[in-house]
Amino acid sequence: MIYFKNVTKKFGQFTVLDQLDIHIPKGKVTVILGKSGEGKSVTIKHIMGLLKPTSGRVIVDGEDITDFGAAELQVYRKKLGMLFQHAALFDSMTVGENVSFPLREHMKLSEQEMLERSEAILEQTGLPGIQHKYPSELSTGEKKRVGLARALIHQPKVILYDEPTTGMDPLVSEMIDQLIVKVNQENKELTSVVISHDLKAALEIAENLVMLYKGKVQLAGTPDEFRTCPDPVIRQFFSGKVQGPMEFI
Amino acid sequence: MELTLVQGLKPAHLIRAIGRLVLRQITALGEFMLYARYTFKHVVSRPFRRRLVFQQMEFIGNESLNIIMISGFFIGAVFSLQIGYVFQIFGAQGMMGAASGKALTRELSPLVTGFLVAGRGGAAITAELATMKVTEQIDAMEAMAVDPVSYLVAPRVIASTLMLPLLVAVFNFTGQIGSLIVGIFLFDVDQGVFFQKLVSIVGVEDIWGGMQKAFAFGLLIGLMACRFGLKAGGGAKGVGIATTNSVVVTLLAILAIDFLITYLQVAV
Repeated sequence: MIYFKNVTKKFGQFTVLDQLDIHIPKGKVTVILGKSGEGKSVTIKHIMGLLKPTSGRVIVDGEDITDFGAAELQVYRKKLGMLFQHAALFDSMTVGENVSFPLREHMKLSEQEMLERSEAILEQTGLPGIQHKYPSELSTGEKKRVGLARALIHQPKVILYDEPTTGMDPLVSEMIDQLIVKVNQENKELTSVVISHDLKAALEIAENLVMLYKGKVQLAGTPDEFRTCPDPVIRQFFSGKVQGPMEFI
Repeated sequence: MELTLVQGLKPAHLIRAIGRLVLRQITALGEFMLYARYTFKHVVSRPFRRRLVFQQMEFIGNESLNIIMISGFFIGAVFSLQIGYVFQIFGAQGMMGAASGKALTRELSPLVTGFLVAGRGGAAITAELATMKVTEQIDAMEAMAVDPVSYLVAPRVIASTLMLPLLVAVFNFTGQIGSLIVGIFLFDVDQGVFFQKLVSIVGVEDIWGGMQKAFAFGLLIGLMACRFGLKAGGGAKGVGIATTNSVVVTLLAILAIDFLITYLQVAV
């Protein structure tokens, strides 16, 4: 579904991704792991087409998006949905307007149809009856779920989650994790890409794991392969200890 | 012995620094021109976002009305007060209406209205877009395949370009009222003489000259305010910096463009 082929990304002299090769399979939840500053967000921004690689190719759903111009990216992005780290809801709009935003922009639906579809997707994320509220009236967990509803409403082929549980209490984190799995199970064609440094959650929700270290893939595989991998870097990441082979910048 | 200007600063370093500064400014100007061209493309192409344009016209125009009317009144009054005492020496108080009319329509109204709208509406636009930028709302918009220039910038640029001339017209009117009141009550100017001189000296070309400036300032305020907002970064501090820079640069640019337009109007 998504392929990174020999992707290098440099910001000035600083190399973030170093000849990275990743394959993200269709219809599964793939978690990209790594400590802060390892290029997880940069990776996801390449999938969005918000960043272009210094070298290498990014292929999504059979399309090489590397050299896409603004117009091609506009069309391509309709296939994607994204849940941002802090939900990134439009604070001048109500929940209903936020959720129906992609429909209003890209589909010719009546107000009634948009209202019904917004309510349905909000119900799916466990938040019925809050269309009239503004983001400032919502809790962090509610904002995330509204953000997820907005990302899903136009039925994307790929959904990207940027640190979906960062800064949340364990209960809300667990609820968001369950929601990610539920959404993926209900939409068999949906490919989910989650970037996270929360190992526990990653092992619970992932069908496929990719760990980035020094701009490369340290290990790609199933959660069980991760649990049993003897690689000292992986083991250190598992243990959460500062002492070990991992370098900290 | 090698020439040094100040301690350790060689002429070559100075030239290099000046060169870098000039290059940076040229690059920034080039980027701004490309951004302006891209914005115009969205202004004239579909989708036309009428609802957003009207919202922004309401914000930039209607909500600025009070400050424009009050400022216009007092600037017209103060201007008349200043020239009144000079005209009195020559017994030419009757010319006060014409003099204030000429000054207001050609220069004071567009310039002060431009300053006020840049300070009120422009700053608010920059702060709003900068906040959206640092809270990833702009990225979210792009992620949903909506071009922020089409959705956010174009309606604001259209609104400010259309509303500035209207606000200038209001400023002209209230400024003239201020001038009239000062003329009548402080300098015993006859109402009839005031208006007769005003109409005979101030022509359509004066009003049109001011409107040309208003149009240019409106366009500039919209473009600048959005540009600084979209380029913001670095959290709350970044929003503050973007807003301050937006207002300062826009005010200076208004002055420079005012000179350019005045020169073209006078010389050509």
